[in-house]
Amino acid sequence: MPGPLAATIWYLGAAFELGFVVCSVYRKSFLRYLFLNLYFLLTLASSVFRHFVLQHSGVGSAEYRYAYFYSDALLTLVLYGALIGLYSRVFEELRVSKYVRICAVLLLLGTAGFSYAVVAQSQSRLSTDFAYELSQNLYFVGLVLTYVLWGAILKLGETRTRLVQIVLSLGLYFSAYAASYALFNFTENNSVMVYLVPIVGCLLPLAWTITLWRHSEEARLVPARLVAVPR
Amino acid sequence: MMAALIFAVSLVTLLMFFVSYCRSLMAAYSHHMLSTEVRDVTGIKELPTARDYAKVMQLLQLCPERPEDRTGLRAVGIYYDILDVTQKSIARLMPQLRSWTEHERAGCATFAVVALDRCIAFNRETLAREGEF
Repeated sequence: MPGPLAATIWYLGAAFELGFVVCSVYRKSFLRYLFLNLYFLLTLASSVFRHFVLQHSGVGSAEYRYAYFYSDALLTLVLYGALIGLYSRVFEELRVSKYVRICAVLLLLGTAGFSYAVVAQSQSRLSTDFAYELSQNLYFVGLVLTYVLWGAILKLGETRTRLVQIVLSLGLYFSAYAASYALFNFTENNSVMVYLVPIVGCLLPLAWTITLWRHSEEARLVPARLVAVPR
Repeated sequence: MMAALIFAVSLVTLLMFFVSYCRSLMAAYSHHMLSTEVRDVTGIKELPTARDYAKVMQLLQLCPERPEDRTGLRAVGIYYDILDVTQKSIARLMPQLRSWTEHERAGCATFAVVALDRCIAFNRETLAREGEF
């Protein structure tokens, strides 16, 4: 079983996720940010599922390992979908949603193929290794895509405060997650997965909830103020 | 090798997104008109400067925080500390970076002053509401 600190972070994360869904319902934005809500609802469901497996099999069991990494890979896929949803919103005026979706599917298939190729070369060829590799690579692809989306937001002069802050929070989350996974990969220090990753996981729903709570859909900001070095 | 590369790239983008996130928080407050009350309390006549930040943060500690401003203030506080370290180290050798960090620190001070203004207004409203009962 996880220690009291890990359990506290876990419950705190679940509370923040639930908080985001409640806040988006209260602010009448549930359907507008459907994929983001879907992601947190699935995260909550996966937390309950992991807790159930943890209580029955223990933290060191193969069952928990499978449950953890496969549910994580599934959640990453849903978050990837949420990111594509944000792409569609940024590019909605240019009417290129269809091409965005095609590119997203191709990139997803490419990432899955690359992850499989990496795992197929190893001796053990554990299926959990595939889920782990896929998660790590998807986080990195997510990070690159968020970076590109941020570039597009600056280029198109996006002014919607909510959208800008949601994309930036997602960029922070993907960066921190990709760094944590990479750190675990070369240090194999378990405290990275037990403490650091869940803490990072708490920050995304918290940042998004604050954004929804503080700013209305009509709130706008000056795009020039977002550029660190004025041109 | 791959993990090390991902780690390095992720740290760079983490810093970049953090800077942009803090700038977006500050940009969202930029439309706010400062009240005469907060100008009197802080002694700021025109625009806040980088040196006002510490003073305003001390005043904010005396004022009960608004829950929705707490996280933003913390993020901007970390950003200010990073800028402060940069200004005292690398920026000494690069005048352009020095003026940029000074400008950014002034932005952090503006954010803190607006938070203080909102805090004063919030407390005044709360007191008025309590006075009604």
